[in-house]
Amino acid sequence: MTAPIEDVTPAERARGTSFYEASARTRLELLLDAGSLIEFIGPEQREVSPHLETFDLPEQFDDGIVVGHGRLDGTPVFVAAQEGRFMGGAFGEVHGAKLTGLLHAARQIGSIPVLILFDTGGVRLQEANAGELAIAEIMRAMIEARAAGVKVIGLIGGRSGCYGGGGLIAGCCSALAVSEPGRIAVSGPEVIETNRGVEEFDSRDRALVWRTMGGKHRRLLGAADIFAEDTVQDFREAALELLGLLGPVGTFGLDRLKAEHERLADRLRRFGACEDAIDIWTAEGVAHAATVPELPADQFIALANRIGRTSRDAR
Amino acid sequence: MTLDDILVSLFPDGHEVRNDDGIIAGAATLRSGGKMLVIGVANRTALGVDEAIRLSGLVLESIGRDSGPILVLVDSDSQRMSKRDELLGLNEFLAHLAKVLIHADMHGRPTIGLLYGHSAAGALLATGLATRVLVGLPGAEPAVMDLPSMAKVTKLSMAALVEKAKSTPVFAPGLSNLEQMGAVHMTWSDSRPLAEQLEALLADMPVVQDRRGALGKERGGRLKAADIAERVRDLALQTR
Amino acid sequence: MEDLSFRHPARARADGIRRSAIVGVVASGNLEVLVERVLPDAECAVEIKTAAVGFGEVWSAVIEDFVERYSPGGLKFSINDGGARPDTVSLRLAQAVRLIAESGQ
Repeated sequence: MTAPIEDVTPAERARGTSFYEASARTRLELLLDAGSLIEFIGPEQREVSPHLETFDLPEQFDDGIVVGHGRLDGTPVFVAAQEGRFMGGAFGEVHGAKLTGLLHAARQIGSIPVLILFDTGGVRLQEANAGELAIAEIMRAMIEARAAGVKVIGLIGGRSGCYGGGGLIAGCCSALAVSEPGRIAVSGPEVIETNRGVEEFDSRDRALVWRTMGGKHRRLLGAADIFAEDTVQDFREAALELLGLLGPVGTFGLDRLKAEHERLADRLRRFGACEDAIDIWTAEGVAHAATVPELPADQFIALANRIGRTSRDAR
Repeated sequence: MTLDDILVSLFPDGHEVRNDDGIIAGAATLRSGGKMLVIGVANRTALGVDEAIRLSGLVLESIGRDSGPILVLVDSDSQRMSKRDELLGLNEFLAHLAKVLIHADMHGRPTIGLLYGHSAAGALLATGLATRVLVGLPGAEPAVMDLPSMAKVTKLSMAALVEKAKSTPVFAPGLSNLEQMGAVHMTWSDSRPLAEQLEALLADMPVVQDRRGALGKERGGRLKAADIAERVRDLALQTR
Repeated sequence: MEDLSFRHPARARADGIRRSAIVGVVASGNLEVLVERVLPDAECAVEIKTAAVGFGEVWSAVIEDFVERYSPGGLKFSINDGGARPDTVSLRLAQAVRLIAESGQ
């Protein structure tokens, strides 16, 4: 039984594919120019985690991350995409090292941007020390690359969100695009509840989780620069827009750090006493803030652009 | 050693370092006569948005105004686990602190971390793990995650985890594990003056490049990381 | 974890010229299948690492059916299994054969 071959353009295929539902490799294949992905240390190399066996856990041939090179509208880019369904997309020794090496190359070359498709719960506990160190090395490598002029764009919209050390790495990127399903935080909802009680944070209150950590809030807060719809095509367009907007050179340095400091200090001054995201959105001038979660993407994007909070020169 | 003991042992020629509600800040005089900025977290204080912005502000103020190395003293909890901190974007505040420290280190202000108490997870990433050289003092108890929490998440018993930890340094808390992994460069002795150990380190600081992957490989704690990173780097350099 | 290994003769060479392909993800109830065109045309092999111990007979039956239906001559299938059901395994094996037959890389 064979299905008829459809005449679907790559853009149509990418527009019809949920970023959230797609695997890491599919996200890259559809986001990049068709056929342009060259994978480094792909699954046929079988560089699996050396640590999972002692925990009687299955391995994945690529250790849960795809790294490589491709083209975005003809522009060469380095790419990394985490597989959020394997061990929660968490950073292990090999997984992290693949991204570290990619950033080292980017630093050396200087002119090729890096796209990171985050989908991670943070450190892989079975390899906790290796995972934590990998994240520290990635942060260092990323700042060195940015200091050499490299633009690093983070895309967040997968099942595992961008948690733990992943959230810190995201905070080191030149710019971020996030979708509604995306979440960015350091501690996960369950961890906060376990440590501080359900009154502090009810991890089963999905609306609360999304108001506090989700894509729409991060966009309105200025913690992310672009809100994308949950399609691979929309993330592709977001990546292109951010690459264009970041200007000819990333110029990471003291001025940018001071600007970021002012941006964050200002956020604390204005919203530090707010109890909930709704209070923050109201304080930002959003009328009917409680309806924000239900706003369809196009209306939300218009609203977010009106509020005007972007951080590109202060990140 | 208490924080006061540590400061006196590090800076017998005097210091103005204060512990203000868990935030350590001040200048200290080195044996050589130069000055050192000292910042840090004390009393196992959690690192939240308020603490992080204060610490990064201290470093930013010092850049351009002062010269010399920066010491980051660490006895913290993990990142602050609260609705408010996440609501306000804790990831950005912690990343900002790490970036400020890394920038300083890359621009003439070498950074040394000194773990003397506890630290964990996001707090460790933003402080000790964002320095060029991370030193441990005996008795320090850094962790990525505590064993009871790990047992809960991995659904293994504490006994099973403790047993596994005997044969690998890859997951369990502890200074010697982190040293073997390459995170902690060295441990100082608490039975010799810290000032002379600091002086010896300052006289022989490693280069600014991140050597933790190589250290982890040398010490047997991370046998794959450095090689995998190098292979990806080489493949990427060839592909352009 | 359990390691299983199967070898079968195949009636015909599997379609396509691609050297390798990968489908699936290692997660609870799921599996990844790495397929490589590395064997002689009349042979195929399946190597499995599975988190679900003691299902050798089920694997054997699923693979026998698959080989009979698809004749994947020349292909070696390497599987990391997170405890998938037999129909999911069959699905992934079929996806792998179709993917390695696709034109493109």
